[in-house]
Amino acid sequence: MSRRLFLALVLAVAVALAFAASPYASSSPDGLERVATDKGFVERGKLHSAQHHSPIADYAFPGIGDPRLATGVAGFVGTLGVFAVGYGVARVARRTRP
Amino acid sequence: MHIPDGFLDPDVAAAAAVVSVGVVGYSLRRAEHELDERRVPLLGVTAAFVFAVQMLNFPVAGGTSGHLLGAALAAILLGPWLACLVMTVVITSQAFVFADGGISALGANVLNMGIIGALGVGYLMVWARHVLPRTRAGFLAVVAGGSWLAVMAGATAASLELALSGTVPLGTVLPAMLGVHALIGIGEAVITVAAVAAVMVSRPDLLTVRSLRRRAGGAQAIRGAA
Repeated sequence: MSRRLFLALVLAVAVALAFAASPYASSSPDGLERVATDKGFVERGKLHSAQHHSPIADYAFPGIGDPRLATGVAGFVGTLGVFAVGYGVARVARRTRP
Repeated sequence: MHIPDGFLDPDVAAAAAVVSVGVVGYSLRRAEHELDERRVPLLGVTAAFVFAVQMLNFPVAGGTSGHLLGAALAAILLGPWLACLVMTVVITSQAFVFADGGISALGANVLNMGIIGALGVGYLMVWARHVLPRTRAGFLAVVAGGSWLAVMAGATAASLELALSGTVPLGTVLPAMLGVHALIGIGEAVITVAAVAAVMVSRPDLLTVRSLRRRAGGAQAIRGAA
C-alpha cells in the first residue's frame, strides 16, 4: 500500500469514527469535570465571550434537530477541518524555511 | 482534561500562555527542519485522527468518562516537536470552533497536553528507546508507558495550575486528578499500543520514534526526532 493511500485510509477511518461512533460515546463528565464537581469548583467554569457564538458549540452542528446526527455531523466536519488546519500549518511552516 | 475559562486565575493563565507561545513558536521553527515533504500530510492526518478520537469518550469508573489524549501517539508518529504542533492545532480548534476548553485557558491547555504531554513525554520516549532493548516488545513498552505518563503528567500540570490559581488546594485536587487519570491513562495506553502496532504492521516507515534495529534509517529517525 502506498504511503499516500495509507494516509487517506487513516483519514477516512478518523472521519468515520467521528461521524458514526461519536454520537454513541459516553456523555459522562470527563476526569477534570468529575474532580471539579466532586471538589466544588465546577460552577466557576464559564464560556469566554469569544465562545458565545462558537460555530459548533458542544459538538452539536447547528440546525440539526436530532442530537446524535448533530454530533455526528460535527465530528465529520470537525475532523476534515482539523486535517485542513494541520495540513495548512505544516505547509506554511515548511515554506518559511530560510 | 480541557480546562474551561473561569477555573484559572488570570495571572496563572497569562503565565502559561507566555510559555506556550514561546515553545509553540520554537516548535514552528523546528518544523522547518523536521518537516520533509512526506510528513506534511502525515501531520494533517495525525491532527485529524487525534481530534476524532478525542470525541470518543469511553466510560471509566464511577460515572466518569475519558478519551484518548493522543499526545504520545502523535509523538511516536512525528517526533516531539511536530507532535507539539499537532496538539496545538487540535486544542486551538476545539476552543475556538467547539467551545471545548477555554480561550483564556488555551495557553494552559496547550502547555499541559501539547508541551508537557507531547513534547516532554515525547522526548522521554526518545530517550527510553536509547536505554531499553531495541526489540519490538521494548518499543511497545515505551509506547504504553509514554501514553500513560503523558496523561498523568498533563493531569499533574492541570492540578498545579488550579492550585496556584487558588481554585482548590493542591492536596485536594492532585490525588483526585491522578486517581481518575491513572484509569484513563490505562485506556490511553491500550488504544495507543493498538494503533502503533497496526502502523508497525502496515507502514512502519511512518513511525519517527522507532529504530527497531541500529539501522541507518532508524538512527536517522531518532536523530530527526532528537
